[in-house]
Amino acid sequence: MIVKLAAIFFSMILVNNYVLVKFYGICPFLGVSKKLDSSLGMSGAVIFVMFMATAVTFPLQIFVLDPADLGYLQTIVFILVIAVLVQFIEIFLKKYMVSLYNALGVYLPLITTNCCVLAVTILVVDDYGADVATLGFAAAYIESLVCAVGSGVGFMLAMCLFSGVRTRVEACDPPEPFKGLPITLVSAAITSPYFMGFGGIVENIFNVTL
Amino acid sequence: MAQENSKVSILTNGIIKENPVLRLVLGTCSILAVTTAVSNALGMGVAFTFVLVCSNIIISLLRNVIPAKVHLPCYIVVIAGFVTIVQMVMQAYFQSLYTALGVFLPLIVVNCIILGRAEMFACKNSVVDSALDGVGMGIGYTLTATLMATLREVLGSGSWLGFQVLPESLPKVGIMTQAPGAFFCFGLLMAGCVWLEGKLDARVERKIGCQPLKDLQEGEDKE
Repeated sequence: MIVKLAAIFFSMILVNNYVLVKFYGICPFLGVSKKLDSSLGMSGAVIFVMFMATAVTFPLQIFVLDPADLGYLQTIVFILVIAVLVQFIEIFLKKYMVSLYNALGVYLPLITTNCCVLAVTILVVDDYGADVATLGFAAAYIESLVCAVGSGVGFMLAMCLFSGVRTRVEACDPPEPFKGLPITLVSAAITSPYFMGFGGIVENIFNVTL
Repeated sequence: MAQENSKVSILTNGIIKENPVLRLVLGTCSILAVTTAVSNALGMGVAFTFVLVCSNIIISLLRNVIPAKVHLPCYIVVIAGFVTIVQMVMQAYFQSLYTALGVFLPLIVVNCIILGRAEMFACKNSVVDSALDGVGMGIGYTLTATLMATLREVLGSGSWLGFQVLPESLPKVGIMTQAPGAFFCFGLLMAGCVWLEGKLDARVERKIGCQPLKDLQEGEDKE
C-alpha cells in the first residue's frame, strides 16, 4: 500500500507534472514565477487548497452525487465548493494563523480561478473513484489525497525551476520580439521533454503498475 | 451610423485589437492543451464561444441584480451552468470530441477569458453589446486556436483536419503534437505577433493574468 502511495506521489510530480506535461495552471505559472519567494508562496497556497478541496469533494462525489445519480452536477458543485473553501480558508487564516496568512494571503483569492484545483478534484474522481468498490473507501480516499498533494508539489517544482530559469533568461539578450513571455514559453518547451523522459522510471523503481 | 460603427468595433475588438489569447494572454491552459488537432481546436472554440456568449448575455441581464460583494460566485455559477449544458450535449452527440477534450471541457469554468469578460465588459454594458463582445472574443479565440492547431497538426501528423496534406515520404515532427510542441508553437506565435506589431507600430504591453483585473493589480502592488 505504502509503495503504491509513493509511486502515485512521485508519478504526479515527475511523469504527470501538472504544468509542464498536462498544461494545468499555466496562467499562474507564467504570471507568478518571476521570483523564487512568490513562486513558493503561490505554490504553497495551491498545495494547501488542492489538499483541502480534494478532501471535501471526493467524499461528496462518492456519498452524495453518485448515490443520488447527480453526476452531471459535478462541475457546478465542485467549483462552488472550491470558491467557498478558498474564502473560508482565507478568513480562518486571517483570524487564527496570522503568520501563514501573511505568507500565503495575497495568492489565495487568485486560486479559485486556477485550473489546477478544479482539475485535480475532477481527475481524482475519475482515477480513484473506481477503487472505492475494490479497495474500500478509506484506501481510495488516501490515494486521492496523496495524488492531490503530489500534483501540488509538481506544480511547486515547475514554478521554482522556472523562477531560476527566468532570472537567467532575463539577463540574456534574446531577439526583440522574443523578450518576456515568448522566450519563457520556448524555455518551457525545452524543459518539458525531460519530464516526459521520466515516464516508466517511477513504475519500474516501485515495481507497480499505476 | 456612428452607433453601427461602434457595434462593429465591439465585434471586431476581440478578433484583432484585443485578441484574448495573443494580446491579453488569457486562457492559455486550454489553448496549449486542445490544439493537437484542428478538429479538437474547432470543437473547443465552438463550445467556448457558446459558453462565453450565453454567460455574457445572462450576466449583462442580471448586472443590476447581482450584489457587488458576491459577484464572483454568482458569475461562476452562471458560467458553470452553461458549461454543464455543453458537456451534456457533447457527451450525447459528439462522443469522440468529448473524449478528446477530456477534463478541459469542465475547465472552461475557470477559463479566465470568460470570467474576465464578465468582470470587465458584461457587468457594465447592454445585452446586445455583451453578446457581440462574446461573439467577437469567441471568434478571436477560435481563430487563434485553429491557427496554432494547423501549425501543430501539419508539422506533427502531416495532415489538416484529418486530410493528408504533406506527402507521406516527409518525416513527421512527432514532438509537435506533444507538450513541448505546444509551448514552442505558442512562444513562436506570440513572438510573431509582437514582431508584426513592431512593424505596424502598434506595440502593446503584455500582462499575464488568469485573474480578474482587480486582483492582478493588487498582486502587482504587493510585489
